[in-house]
Amino acid sequence: MEKKDIIQSFKDSLFTGLIALALFGPIVGLRTVSKGEGLFITPQWGVVFLLVGLCILGRFLININSARRTEFKIFSTLSSKFSSISENKAKHFAITGILFAVVFPFLPFTDRYFMDVAIMILTYIMLGWGLNIVVGLAGLLDLGYVAFYAVGAYSYALIATTFGWSFWICLPLAGVFAAFFGILLGFPVLRLRGDYLAIVTLGFGEIIRIILINWYEVTNGPDGITGIPRPSFFGLPFKRSPDEGEISFHLFFNLEYSTMHRIIFLYYLILVLALITNYFTLKIRKLPVGRAWEALREDEIACKSLGVNPTNTKLTAFAIGAMFGGFAGSFFATRQAFISPESFTFIESAIIVAIVVLGGMGSQTGVVLASIFLIGITEMFRDLEQFRMIAFGGAMVLIMVFKPKGILANRKPTILMHGDKK
Amino acid sequence: MEYFIQQLVNGITLGSIYGLIAIGYTMVYGIIGMINFAHGDIFMIGAFVALISFIIFSLTGIALPIILLLVLLIAMLFTACYGWTVEKLAYKPLRGSFRLAPLISALGMSIVLQNYVQVSQGARVKPMQPLFSGGLEFFKNSDFIVTVSYLQIFIVVLTIILMGIFTYLITKTDLGRAQRACEQDRTMTALLGINVDRTISITFIIGSSLASVAGMMFVLYYGVIDFYIGFLAGIKAFTAAVLGGIGSLPGAMLGGLLIGLIETFWAGYVSLEYKDVAAFSVLIVVLIFFPTGFLGKPDIEKV
Repeated sequence: MEKKDIIQSFKDSLFTGLIALALFGPIVGLRTVSKGEGLFITPQWGVVFLLVGLCILGRFLININSARRTEFKIFSTLSSKFSSISENKAKHFAITGILFAVVFPFLPFTDRYFMDVAIMILTYIMLGWGLNIVVGLAGLLDLGYVAFYAVGAYSYALIATTFGWSFWICLPLAGVFAAFFGILLGFPVLRLRGDYLAIVTLGFGEIIRIILINWYEVTNGPDGITGIPRPSFFGLPFKRSPDEGEISFHLFFNLEYSTMHRIIFLYYLILVLALITNYFTLKIRKLPVGRAWEALREDEIACKSLGVNPTNTKLTAFAIGAMFGGFAGSFFATRQAFISPESFTFIESAIIVAIVVLGGMGSQTGVVLASIFLIGITEMFRDLEQFRMIAFGGAMVLIMVFKPKGILANRKPTILMHGDKK
Repeated sequence: MEYFIQQLVNGITLGSIYGLIAIGYTMVYGIIGMINFAHGDIFMIGAFVALISFIIFSLTGIALPIILLLVLLIAMLFTACYGWTVEKLAYKPLRGSFRLAPLISALGMSIVLQNYVQVSQGARVKPMQPLFSGGLEFFKNSDFIVTVSYLQIFIVVLTIILMGIFTYLITKTDLGRAQRACEQDRTMTALLGINVDRTISITFIIGSSLASVAGMMFVLYYGVIDFYIGFLAGIKAFTAAVLGGIGSLPGAMLGGLLIGLIETFWAGYVSLEYKDVAAFSVLIVVLIFFPTGFLGKPDIEKV
């Protein structure tokens, strides 16, 4: 490395610093605070100088690194290692993962908090798998997936509170409703090109949320629905003192009463639901309709020429994805026993999309890893909620820039004309 | 009748704001064929920069027109930096990647910008004391007095001036020619010795500056902002761009006006709660029935 290069990269870093100063100066440096009547400004120059300094340093290091023509070695070796896992050991990984998930509630260190986080992660895994059908297999970017989650949750809540039917009847009904909404939305809009579709689905998600907020008579508006029945163990409720004529779970099995019973049951419930989603996806990939999805994702015009009806094919993907979203939604409703439009904002859709994208579109294992990473690890930093979201968005950008196919890329079609040769 | 005219005036004001944002969407779409999802948040940043500079300048006691001019320039300058940086960081490395990659990257950028402002400026809404007061009153002897405030006149006039400058820039200057050339064929333009990367950067800079002006107008008009305004305004402006025909600059302005009018009339005559639903429904209906919009060119897919 020559001296000229160093001077050059130093100048470049200073320029970066100047830009960073312009970026952070007003927004970070001059914080507006409302006091009494008006707004006042509190300067925070220390933070700005810290950020600018970091930018200059970072830029300088990157420059020196690229002058040496060494790439992000750590990054590429790590990712290639990940990829080799996905190629060879996906099956072992899956089996180990499922076994671990099955015994997880009985491990000695597992407490209530761990169980709650695990249930949350599993819910996101299920949502990720459901959306993976739409985004990963059929290649349709759906930014309003949370709408189907909401439809599932609300239809479960409304049916269960109005008619008092049990979870096992309401669950499929909620799925059917969500799938119906999927078709309702999908039918007109699936003709649209990829990015338009993304924006329209986003709009649909917002419409559903606004309706949920404003349609007081049915949804109870922003107050949400309370008193949603908890699930029962095939007719045996999880109650300390059951109503007359009822036998509760702990009495039936002669166990000491514990609130953990219900939590563990919920855990297994979502585990089974998620695994069903996964199993279904793996199977349908090998059916003609699954093949058609992948083909459409790769080349729509070629598909049309070969007589595949793109609208109908996309519609099935959309409806099936929506159905799983609806299942997850009704699980969410029964777990929380309370739902409100607050839970179904756009950011929720963005999180699910991020899980699918970061995991590698189309990769089932990738969704699991991404969910554990995004929900699990960041759950530990609950207090830093806002920073969490910055890291979240930043990760989406970085992954797209450095590894546009996700951590575990699996866009290889399941079937090729000439075997494995490309 | 008087009520109708009042709504018309309000709608045109709102439409000017949307139109200025929509230009950013339509220009970027025209030149690199992506939906810049973070553009709404650039608008929000512009609004914040304008708010902060308003507070600072109002302490100095300079005359109002000079304050307005200074704030305008400052907001444009700083927001342009954001537009430029976002393009360099999140979109430039993705040229030639698969189709949805820039959209996802833009989505990530939008989340980053929103939460970044939330962290640095706080999550509370920011109220601002009105700088303008008074206006012209019409139909004084009827029961409903139509008021056109000076602020509304300022917004519409400023929009017209900016549109004039902007149209001149695009149709008459070398920069505009380079931009239109990039829109048609980027490879060929590069072969002819035009710096395509620079042209794209400038497109982002212009789009962001116009969005920041819209942000400044928003602060003045509504008097209250928060970190979340970019999302809805962005979607509505995008709808405007699509309605006018994405890629077409006069279309963006026309679409902006229409969306502003639709929203105001919907809120005035139908229901206030569902005014955002109106915008989204228009978006869906337009995309389904005439995806090329009013002034757009049909998009033919080729193998």
